[in-house]
Amino acid sequence: MAIAATTAAPVKIGRLRSWIVNSGPVLGIFAAIFVLWELGCWLFKVPDFILPSPSVIIDKIISSWWLLLVNGMVTAQEIVLGFGMSVAIGIPLAVLAVYSRIFERVAFPFMVSLQTIPKVALAPILVMWLGYGILPKVMVAFLISFFPIVISAVVGMRSAEKEMIYLVQSMGANELTTFLKIRLPKALPSIFGGLKVGMGQAVVGATVGEFIAAEQGLGYLQLISQVRLDTALLFAAVVVLSLLGVLLFNLVAWVERLAVPWNRMRTEMIE
Amino acid sequence: MASSGSGVQIGLRSVSKRYMTASGDAVDALGEIDLDVAAGEFVSIVGPSGCGKSTLMMLVSGLIPATTGTITVGGVPVKGAGGKAGIVFQRDVLLDWRTVFSNVMLPVEIKRLDKETHLKKARDLLRSVGLAEFEEKYPAELSGGMRQRVAICRALVQDPGLLLMDEPFAALDALTREQMNLDLQRIWLRDRNTVIFITHSIEEAVLLADRVVVMTSRPGRIADICVERIRRHFMALGVLSET
Ligand SMILES: Nc1ncnc2c1ncn2[C@@H]1O[C@H](COP(=O)(O)OP(=O)(O)O)[C@@H](O)[C@H]1O
Ligand SMILES: [Mg+2]
Repeated sequence: MAIAATTAAPVKIGRLRSWIVNSGPVLGIFAAIFVLWELGCWLFKVPDFILPSPSVIIDKIISSWWLLLVNGMVTAQEIVLGFGMSVAIGIPLAVLAVYSRIFERVAFPFMVSLQTIPKVALAPILVMWLGYGILPKVMVAFLISFFPIVISAVVGMRSAEKEMIYLVQSMGANELTTFLKIRLPKALPSIFGGLKVGMGQAVVGATVGEFIAAEQGLGYLQLISQVRLDTALLFAAVVVLSLLGVLLFNLVAWVERLAVPWNRMRTEMIE
Repeated sequence: MASSGSGVQIGLRSVSKRYMTASGDAVDALGEIDLDVAAGEFVSIVGPSGCGKSTLMMLVSGLIPATTGTITVGGVPVKGAGGKAGIVFQRDVLLDWRTVFSNVMLPVEIKRLDKETHLKKARDLLRSVGLAEFEEKYPAELSGGMRQRVAICRALVQDPGLLLMDEPFAALDALTREQMNLDLQRIWLRDRNTVIFITHSIEEAVLLADRVVVMTSRPGRIADICVERIRRHFMALGVLSET
């Protein structure tokens, strides 16, 4: 116990230092950009409706926080529902594609060919069918995030070596056991790769859906600000949308770290 | 473990294997083979690559069915996998997501063997190959030789009457390989499982085995079953000492 207590402090300091070393340059670049931006706006007297300075944007975020929060919640809801649908439908479909010959030969190529349709182009049609509520946005988010999730899951579940399957079969494992003990854990890193891409796509899908037709949401807020020449609010909405995207992405990354601890092992060793 | 041996006797009668490829061609991988292995015997199989050594091993393990002939393990005809064999491949195929210890316990989980007794067995096995401190490590943290040792422990934890090894040390460097040969020898002398050991290296085959089976190229047949002649040859060269 005493040993643990004495070693804990240096480890913490080491972590802090490595965090500064890792994140320092990036933070420095961001800080430099913001300072230049602020100075440029001030020196050249750029009007706020063309390019608001960072301080003006921050002021706007603070003064309109309620508006941003309410609309942000709507967009977040659309993203999460669309993404959730992709996972709930995509993963079982991937399992089917791995286990069913017919499905693999017929449904899978069909799905791939559907992928060539630009999902964004479907948004106006979806609005026409599903109205102005959150449903068409959820659908666009779903359609656009679905494909990377399915593909990465299929690739992952097919990635188990033949010997690995033979090995558990030689121990008398049935299909279910083989799936649970080998295929699924083997696929997890790939599945999470797809989930991260899919989450990014869902953000794009929901926002684009709101551009087409909406009564609320961050995309809607952007449209309104554009019409009103409220460029500061436009930028504020972009900032909140980015923060939302980063938050949701990190949420997936955090679940990944819990579910795939061995993968982190590996990257730690590369560092 | 009884030193009299837990090994099982194996018999192959006119066994052959023809693969059908996806394009519909037939590949005769294995000609008609007759082979008997006594309980507790260590047999090495050597032969050019592609002659059907791996196929022979898969047939004995029951993972693939024979095209003709009958195979018996412990006097019982082989029907499907899930039998008495522990398998070690050239690739260690450790599960990256499990710790070393949990990898070794995989057969115990799948076969639903008694946990308590096998926990101890797994620990003893890992200690016997010098991996006691690595129980809680992940495979990614181990060297190639250590990983293959874990794979061997995983095969042995289920007390297999039959140990099937398909070029298990082919990917290892010469020094590690020698050490692995000694480890395997020691384990076999203690447990006396029946072992079928496929290798490219005639030295390795002669060093380890009671008997060396030489196969011809495809379709594989048994060309020669020899041991004394090769042993004499190596003794003359001074590579092996008389024991
Ligand atoms: N699943 C398979 N389908 C078709 N041909 C195969 C298959 N597995 C092995 N073969 C062929 O059978 C022959 C013997 O293969 P194998 O038993 O792996 O040889 P070895 O282990 O001696 O190198 C090879 O010519 C190989 O191409
Ligand atoms: Mg082979």
